[in-house]
Amino acid sequence: MAMEQRIDPLFRPLAKQSEAHDISMRPSLTNVQQVVRKLVKNKLAMLGLAIILLLVVMAIIGPHLVPYSASDQSLLTKNKPVSAEHWFGTDDLGRDMFARTWAGARISLTIGVVAALIDLIVGVTVGGIAGYMAGRGKRGERIDTIIMRVIEVLYGLPYLLVVILLMVVMEPGMLTIIIALSATGWTGMARLVRGQILQLKNQEFILASQVLGAKFSRILFKHLIPNTIGVIIVNLTFTIPSAIFAESFLSFLGLGVQAPDASWGTMTNDAMGVILTGDWWRLFFPGLMISLTMFAFNVFGDGLQDALDPRLRE
Amino acid sequence: MSHYLVKRVLMMLLTLWIIVTLTFSLMHSIPGDPFASESDQLPEQILANLRAKYNLDEPLPVQYVLYLKNLVMLDLGPSIKSDTRGVNDMIADGFSASATLGAQAIVIAIFFGITFGIIAALNRNKWLDYTAMAMAVLGIAIPSFIMAPLLINFFAIKFPIFPVATWGTWMHTVLPSLALAFGPLAIITRYMRASMIEVMNQNYIRTAEAKGVPTFTLVVKHGIRNAILPVVTFLGPLIASLITGTFVVEKIFAVPGIGKYFVDGIFNRDYPVILGTTIFYSSILIVTIFLIDLAYTLIDPRIKLTNKEG
Repeated sequence: MAMEQRIDPLFRPLAKQSEAHDISMRPSLTNVQQVVRKLVKNKLAMLGLAIILLLVVMAIIGPHLVPYSASDQSLLTKNKPVSAEHWFGTDDLGRDMFARTWAGARISLTIGVVAALIDLIVGVTVGGIAGYMAGRGKRGERIDTIIMRVIEVLYGLPYLLVVILLMVVMEPGMLTIIIALSATGWTGMARLVRGQILQLKNQEFILASQVLGAKFSRILFKHLIPNTIGVIIVNLTFTIPSAIFAESFLSFLGLGVQAPDASWGTMTNDAMGVILTGDWWRLFFPGLMISLTMFAFNVFGDGLQDALDPRLRE
Repeated sequence: MSHYLVKRVLMMLLTLWIIVTLTFSLMHSIPGDPFASESDQLPEQILANLRAKYNLDEPLPVQYVLYLKNLVMLDLGPSIKSDTRGVNDMIADGFSASATLGAQAIVIAIFFGITFGIIAALNRNKWLDYTAMAMAVLGIAIPSFIMAPLLINFFAIKFPIFPVATWGTWMHTVLPSLALAFGPLAIITRYMRASMIEVMNQNYIRTAEAKGVPTFTLVVKHGIRNAILPVVTFLGPLIASLITGTFVVEKIFAVPGIGKYFVDGIFNRDYPVILGTTIFYSSILIVTIFLIDLAYTLIDPRIKLTNKEG
């Protein structure tokens, strides 16, 4: 051909190599390994993880470590400070604070995790659909617009006010708290996922992949999900503590978990009447547990965020 | 621009209407009525009169229209537990205390949050940074309803610097404002630090530095203005969390504010009070978010209001 004569003799075409050479994708395992390695190096994040694990273990075994149950009343031993019999002291009904604290941990952690999981499932599905539909013909645009309008209105509602209203109306209890928290909670995740998908959809590597003829399922599983999953997990680690916070807040207002069940919020609220009398253990232990939980999830989430951020990789 | 404003205002009204409808139907979906607990003790005729007084004998759609009508006239209706005072009186009563607390907390949180964030960012990985971040972590970890009794314990009981449990002078507002501001302050510090670090690594900062721009001008003119946008984005949720924060803080410090009426309304199941205060809070929040969106354009000329996506 005429073409060949124009090629510089210094540059000769390379012998054709095997197909496998062209597909140069890093195995996704390496990515996970990289993230884990970076996360393990982050001391604060590991401290957070350790605290989370400790809280979970104590929530499971804690109530069984003492011979009292969380609701056993004993008026002879009321308002006792921290001692060998009562490791966290007793409250004004003589209930053992150690048993109550860990019974409260069960309730708080369950509510946090379940509410966050519901937010995750609903949020990712709705956000994913909206993000995928946007820019896909008139019908797609319309679906995206409708979803976004709904989210916009829900997002405009003061979140805790709505939760309080729902709690006023519904039977108090754990299930109600979870429903009330998830009713508006999923919008944050949906917005996040939609934004991510929209942003990714128009990036060069996705376009390149499309141009090269990749199927949608390949783009979804090899590009969209791996690139969004980090943000989703990070968001999850921040949703759990905020759900736990909301539960204690509601219980503090008397709307959450009802007596005789214990929750860190109700215990804090009960302690409010005695802060002047110097019964410090009443406020200290539930308060410490709430703060430790917030701290642990937040620093772990931060560490995860840093570990997942490719820009911060060395 | 004016087209956008009209659209936004309509959208705000729509959101508000949805809130009103939602809260109204929620409140009225509860079985029984506010006088259910007294129905054994009171004669039939008095109960019927009470119900008639509060329009509870009308069918629900009529009650809804009546409520909307009153709402348009800015009348939030009577309180069921208090004979003489309506929800409007309660809000008018509590507004100055709540607004004082809220405004002071916002000013504290924004001013110190931004300052600490900048200091932390400029001294990255030095002790100042670590101190600011440790404080920020504490602020995020300790909720206001635990912070408040801690503050009372230390600054009112152990070291009686500030008075508590009464309300009157400015000294009384200090501890509740601090308790309210602590969380938002911590979050603003973190946002500001992260955003400032990112901005200070940008090429235009390096260019300005290379040109010999003094550090102060560099930070104030080039750094802060660009770094502040994520913080402004956060102001909406911040106002929301401040409003809900006032419920517990006002309850703990016995502040005669709107939050106290709201919480009392919840305990007394005083539905008009819950409804009215919810609508009031929601309107404040919606208007604030609108104002924040307007503020974006002032801070960042790249953002145009007419654009659909930011």
